[in-house]
Amino acid sequence: MPKDHGIGASSKRREDVRFLTGKGNYTADITLYGQTYAAFARSNVAHAKIKSIDTSAAEAMPGVLAVFTGADFADVGGNPAGWLIQSRNGETMKEPKRPVLAHGEVCHVGDAYAAVIAETVAQARNAVEALVVDFEELPAVVDMADAVADNSKRARTELTDNICFDWGWIEDNRAAVDAAFASAPHVTTLELVNNRLVPNAMEPRASIGVYDASTEDYKLYTTSQNPHLTRLLVAAFVMGIPEHKLNVIAPDVGGGFGSKIYHYGEEALVLAAAKRIGRPVKWVADRTESFLSDAHGRDHVTKIQLACEKDGTFLAVRTETLANVGAYLSNFSTATPTFLHGTLMAGPYKTPLVYVNVKAVFTNTAPVDAYRGAGRPEATYSLERVIDMAARELNLDPWEVRRKNLITTDMFPYTTPVALQYDTGNYQATLDKLIELSDKAGFEARAAESAKRGKMRGLGLSTWIEACGIAPSALVGALGARVGLFDAATVRVNPTGNISVMVGAHSHGQGHETVFAQVVSSMLGIPEANIDIVHGDTAKIPFGMGSYGSRSLAVCGTAMTKAVDKIIAKGKKIAAHMLEASEGDIEFADGKFSVAGTDKAKTFGEIAFSAYVPHNYPLETLEPGLEETAFYDPANFTYPAGAYSCEVEVDPDTGKVEIMAFTCADDFGNVMNPMIVNGQVHGGVAQGIGQALLENTSYDGNGQLVTASYMDYAMPRADDLPNYTVDHSCNTPCTHNPLGVKGCGEAGAIGSPPAVVNAVIDALARAGKPVKHIDMPLSPARVWAAMNA
Amino acid sequence: MTQVSMTVNGKAVSGDVEGRTLLVDFLRGGLHLTGTHVGCDTSQCGACVVHVNGIAVKSCTMFASEAAGAEVRTIEGMANKDGSLSVIQAAFQEHHGLQCGFCTPGMVMSAAALLKENPKPTEHEVRAYLEGNICRCTGYHNIVKAIMAASGQDVAAIAAE
Ligand code: FES
Ligand code: FES
Repeated sequence: MPKDHGIGASSKRREDVRFLTGKGNYTADITLYGQTYAAFARSNVAHAKIKSIDTSAAEAMPGVLAVFTGADFADVGGNPAGWLIQSRNGETMKEPKRPVLAHGEVCHVGDAYAAVIAETVAQARNAVEALVVDFEELPAVVDMADAVADNSKRARTELTDNICFDWGWIEDNRAAVDAAFASAPHVTTLELVNNRLVPNAMEPRASIGVYDASTEDYKLYTTSQNPHLTRLLVAAFVMGIPEHKLNVIAPDVGGGFGSKIYHYGEEALVLAAAKRIGRPVKWVADRTESFLSDAHGRDHVTKIQLACEKDGTFLAVRTETLANVGAYLSNFSTATPTFLHGTLMAGPYKTPLVYVNVKAVFTNTAPVDAYRGAGRPEATYSLERVIDMAARELNLDPWEVRRKNLITTDMFPYTTPVALQYDTGNYQATLDKLIELSDKAGFEARAAESAKRGKMRGLGLSTWIEACGIAPSALVGALGARVGLFDAATVRVNPTGNISVMVGAHSHGQGHETVFAQVVSSMLGIPEANIDIVHGDTAKIPFGMGSYGSRSLAVCGTAMTKAVDKIIAKGKKIAAHMLEASEGDIEFADGKFSVAGTDKAKTFGEIAFSAYVPHNYPLETLEPGLEETAFYDPANFTYPAGAYSCEVEVDPDTGKVEIMAFTCADDFGNVMNPMIVNGQVHGGVAQGIGQALLENTSYDGNGQLVTASYMDYAMPRADDLPNYTVDHSCNTPCTHNPLGVKGCGEAGAIGSPPAVVNAVIDALARAGKPVKHIDMPLSPARVWAAMNA
Repeated sequence: MTQVSMTVNGKAVSGDVEGRTLLVDFLRGGLHLTGTHVGCDTSQCGACVVHVNGIAVKSCTMFASEAAGAEVRTIEGMANKDGSLSVIQAAFQEHHGLQCGFCTPGMVMSAAALLKENPKPTEHEVRAYLEGNICRCTGYHNIVKAIMAASGQDVAAIAAE
């Protein structure tokens, strides 16, 4: 019987009711008394000197209340990169300033250089049109190879070249890796592009700034995955507002996928404007603005090499990557291609030697940062493609080549040559499960049937691993992080025994309000309905680093369980007093504190009541009340892993790829709510298939974004995608958090792109059209061209 | 500014609109019915779908004045009279057909229009009908499953939830 409540149950989501009835409360839905509207003037050229901005006509337009330009923010700070990366030569990365509004220079199409505040949106937009800006165009740097080769054109005038850093991981491994390549019996070399993507959460970014002159308090409603991080950045780095004077609220947020981790200039602008005009200021992006100014994802150009024995045993991996960071360093942009990418280049394999080189490159394009998976999809794609190619070159079965090289269960804890320590896993089990669920044995028959219909059928796989639950603060600090990555939770038991749990994680689709309540319910033996999960408001929650990197349950969930443990410990003290027993004899189970070996007991509700009405209470030794907070800093990353397969049919006449089946065998450790975990995998796989077949972000040679709407950027739609077969029965619980959870949010987006591409290459090979590689997205035109080359 | 009157979720409403005011802006801004969302500016995403005289319409692609005198239904008018979730809404919850909830109002409105037109659609027909509704979270599997279930069909064959 599936469980019907608590940990492990597919509890239905409580948040659904408000979303399904139109009662969600997204930032754009909020209207405040006296609210005004901001609109931004954005550059229509990729790179230019701002010679002048004439605001007089705009200021005279109806309804206009204020106009801001970069000069208004010349005295405040810049939006910083969250990680400082050291180059191989020991130099610290370059960090050109990122102002609230571009000042002196616009650096990409969509770069905001002015803002108008007006009574209505239409008035604000009309006035933006009346701004007169004089740009002196500068050469635009768009292509990364050109940016590296030619120092004469620079993405930022303050730079001497376009390379942000040149990072080696691990530099000490390099000589040994090179030696292994020099003597290897077989070397496979693959050059590939990890295509640039736009995250495209369906809710566009939005912010409302509020200022209360009587108390000097600021309030920011914003579309954020991490309100405390936004508060820290806005207050301490950009605006110089005392942190306790800024309340950041991220109400219902319509998807993030990484793009709403970061602080963006629009948030600072609405706060500054609210103060200047003394009224709330609201801004809601339209979709084109989102395309132009949200942080994009991926955009790597990589050369990967795999050295192996003729029997497919891996000897060494070596990569060289150019990673686009755009014109400004977004908050996680320097961590993503380095510590979230290079450290994963061992994959789930025993490869003894690995060396990764990443050059981050400035270009006159929108900033590039973490997008679902963040660095790990790029690592997995490179590795899983080169392994497939090596297997083909050596005439070996790609499934068996993987099996031969997978780390085995007797090897944990396993330290990789790229400095991670995998605590536990069973990669053979997920591979076996995949073979079973994908009916690999029946593939030949299905391929024959496809051939009868004139279609080319192929089967591809990937075996992947990621590092989640970011992150141990001391470790990331040593690697250049400017923040800690712990999390926090407060469990407040109210006098009548129901509970409010304030968590630092933020839910923007993940269902925390349901799942976190399941966990507390199981621990305390009280109904889920009596537990509320509160998140997204810096005034209500103790602290929190928010949700990204599949960290919510592994990090914040652990803080929450620790706070619950403290509640139980205090409850035992109260119970011991009330039951006149010694504390050591009190047991807690199923919502009851009882004296071991007797039928003397107090319910959780009685204990809560006593804590707030302490008439019979050990006041000399114990404070009244029942509320506990815990902060938790993880001891290690968690390591979800799995095996994915994709089965495709390719139309030989058009090159169109159709996904016939997609199968996932995952190890997420213990699963709290299977329904929600499956949903997370579905969504991740959909984004991965989108990357593999449909999505591409394209700048032309002048730096114009030619895919800036849904007319031009191919979002996956219902009829592009299959049903997914998802399994997470092969689980090895994480060894270092009490719930044994690893995280599942990014898995689908990490494991799927190489499975899709490998399947298409397989289909072509089986049809006698051997093609080494096709870069994503595998559009009909690209596939057709490759097979007819 | 001109005055426009229509019936929204069974109630007579009116308000002042400019010629260029979109129906979605009238619903959200004028009537504070913020369940209808705006996810794009090119009539592609379907977050704004409402019913106008029983027909699914992208409310970002119609002027408020064009709906003068019409019967408009929005997500706020989709629950049962007693406030409980309608069959389609309940199926979305039961089958986890939503995550962040942003596309959801449009999905429910499109699903309702589909099932009115075609009470027992095939899976293929559901997927084809949703061509104008984009969801970034769910990968559509559970949305399709929810709509099939709401039509009274057996969804056991649509792999795990
Ligand atoms: S907002 Fe109407 S289709 Fe996107
Ligand atoms: S549930 Fe988030 S876009 Fe569909």
